[in-house]
Amino acid sequence: MYMASKALMVVAWLIFFLSPSYAESEFQALGKAANELSHSAQWNISISPNGEGLPPGQGTAAQGAKLFALQCAGCHGPDGIGASAEPLMGEVGSLTSDYPEKTVNSYWPYATTLFDYIRRAMPINAPFSLSADEVYALCAYILSKDGIVSSEAVLDEQSLPKIKMPNRDGFIAVHSDNR
Amino acid sequence: MANKVREDRRQFLHKAGLGGALTGLVSSISLPVWAGAEKLELPDALPKWMKVPGEEFSNYGQPSEHEQQVIRWISANSAAPGNGVSWTPLHDLQGTITPNGLHYERHHNGVPQIDPAQHTLLIDGLVEQPLSFDLKSLLRYPMQSRTCFIECGGNSNSGWRTNPIQTQAGYAHGLVSNAEWTGIPVKLLLQEAGIKPNAKWVIAEGADAAALNISIPLDKLLDDALLALYQNGERLRPENGYPLRLVLPGWEGILNVKWLRQLRLTDEPLMSRDETAQYTELQPDGKARQFTFLMEAKSLITSPSLGMMLQDNPGTYQISGLAWSGRGKITRVEISADGGDTWVDAELQTPILSKAFTRFNLPWHWQGDYAILQSRATDETGYVQPTREALVENRGRHGFFHYNAIVSWEITEEGDINHVYGF
Ligand code: HEC
Repeated sequence: MYMASKALMVVAWLIFFLSPSYAESEFQALGKAANELSHSAQWNISISPNGEGLPPGQGTAAQGAKLFALQCAGCHGPDGIGASAEPLMGEVGSLTSDYPEKTVNSYWPYATTLFDYIRRAMPINAPFSLSADEVYALCAYILSKDGIVSSEAVLDEQSLPKIKMPNRDGFIAVHSDNR
Repeated sequence: MANKVREDRRQFLHKAGLGGALTGLVSSISLPVWAGAEKLELPDALPKWMKVPGEEFSNYGQPSEHEQQVIRWISANSAAPGNGVSWTPLHDLQGTITPNGLHYERHHNGVPQIDPAQHTLLIDGLVEQPLSFDLKSLLRYPMQSRTCFIECGGNSNSGWRTNPIQTQAGYAHGLVSNAEWTGIPVKLLLQEAGIKPNAKWVIAEGADAAALNISIPLDKLLDDALLALYQNGERLRPENGYPLRLVLPGWEGILNVKWLRQLRLTDEPLMSRDETAQYTELQPDGKARQFTFLMEAKSLITSPSLGMMLQDNPGTYQISGLAWSGRGKITRVEISADGGDTWVDAELQTPILSKAFTRFNLPWHWQGDYAILQSRATDETGYVQPTREALVENRGRHGFFHYNAIVSWEITEEGDINHVYGF
């Protein structure tokens, strides 16, 4: 009895270690093909500096001004600076001064980042509540306050990535991605 | 080396006159006299908890009611209570492992309450085959454990201010914690999807109400990154990323994305808000350092430290603290009691793990003199923790992130402890 079970164990051991599937890989690949998911809107929220990922839509500074007063000014201040949340407007050119202010307009290198961030995270009490048109309008308003775009500008998926931010060349990559 | 440390320590004690004090102390202690002659009633002399049955079992243990003051200190935005940080009380802890309930937190918009049955991880972008994973599948993959620190890039940022902040050690430097993380090497999952040759970066995205997104060099994910599911042996706490998070040993906290939902391989970084507007360091020339991922070597004396008192004068105190480096192992921690004029090697507690907290200890005899206690860490690459002067000289005062200068505790003649600069 004992001998028989021992022999069985040896056989089981051999099957386990010598079977081709064991030799190939020590685990079972369990990922599911996700081509459709990968193309669906809810998995394509990130927006690149070249505009990839921007949804269709458009908005103006005038529309943005109204939205800003209603939905943003409470935390960011009526002029987008000097309230409980991060400053957004003004202080362009202050970065080398004794009191630098890192606002969207003084510091951010890309306007696409503004769209990306407002849509996913603001207003902070209701993320993903703004339509694409509203986000374009808010971007137009914030950027127009420091003359980065004209107050008449219409921002959309074509024009937003073309905006050159004042501090576009202000960053030095410490980690190098040269492989 | 061990002999050198012992010799240094002997001198450190001696210089302060402890050698004599210790021997004196030993000979003056007399053995207790047996009190049995008085015929004591035993039950009266015993503490009450030895005379009644104790509390029942508990399904999940909690700290003693006498330790209720050992807590994370929360600093949040009143207009957005889920936005802020909570600090690990490093000054109240010993050893190297941070208990799960005390691991520091940085949330951008609260702690999502994720149902694991509804959570998906998507790996896509520059891969041969986009793949999705559910939790049930992920739990079947081979796992590894890694003890390492995670430190917020903004930890210790009060150090940039002109006046030294008077707050306890953990509440100025405790946006760093150390845990054993267990999970799947990220490499396995990326390789399962098949990495295209032009992939260089990976955009990680969290499933919280900030949908936090950030770019990570692919090389790091292929090196030592974990998709963590467990923290100190139990499943992740919600505030630390339940049901899954990235752990990138030695790299700044923001990259260790919690509540991970997507890894998208790309050829360029995304330039998201948290790699441009935040977590970049403005220098005096107006340029900002970007992609400063590595957390450089740092150390901190956790005891004695601000908020404590040196009660016996003269007295022997165990100087104890933590050192860590994102580059690898800590090889040396030196202690100074005179504001950096002379240094003595502390003893490093073993095992010394790469990119993890290392506990250091050194007995110190205090004779009631004014003193400035400092610790200085060196890691295996030879990097030495800088003085505040050198750091500010190098980086200016507006970088906000990556402050790792030597911390100075002033000991007054009364035994009070203050935070000071400039030594
Ligand atoms: C309830 C308060 C609140 C409201 C309302 C609000 N924000 Fe914010 N906002 C914040 C907080 C807090 C942060 C910082 C978030 C963080 O730390 O991750 C922030 C950050 C930002 C940032 C990034 C700033 C930087 O430099 O990193 C932008 C841009 C922004 N908000 C735009 C908006 C816009 C546009 C609106 C209106 C649609 C808005 N916010 C409404 C609180 C608010």
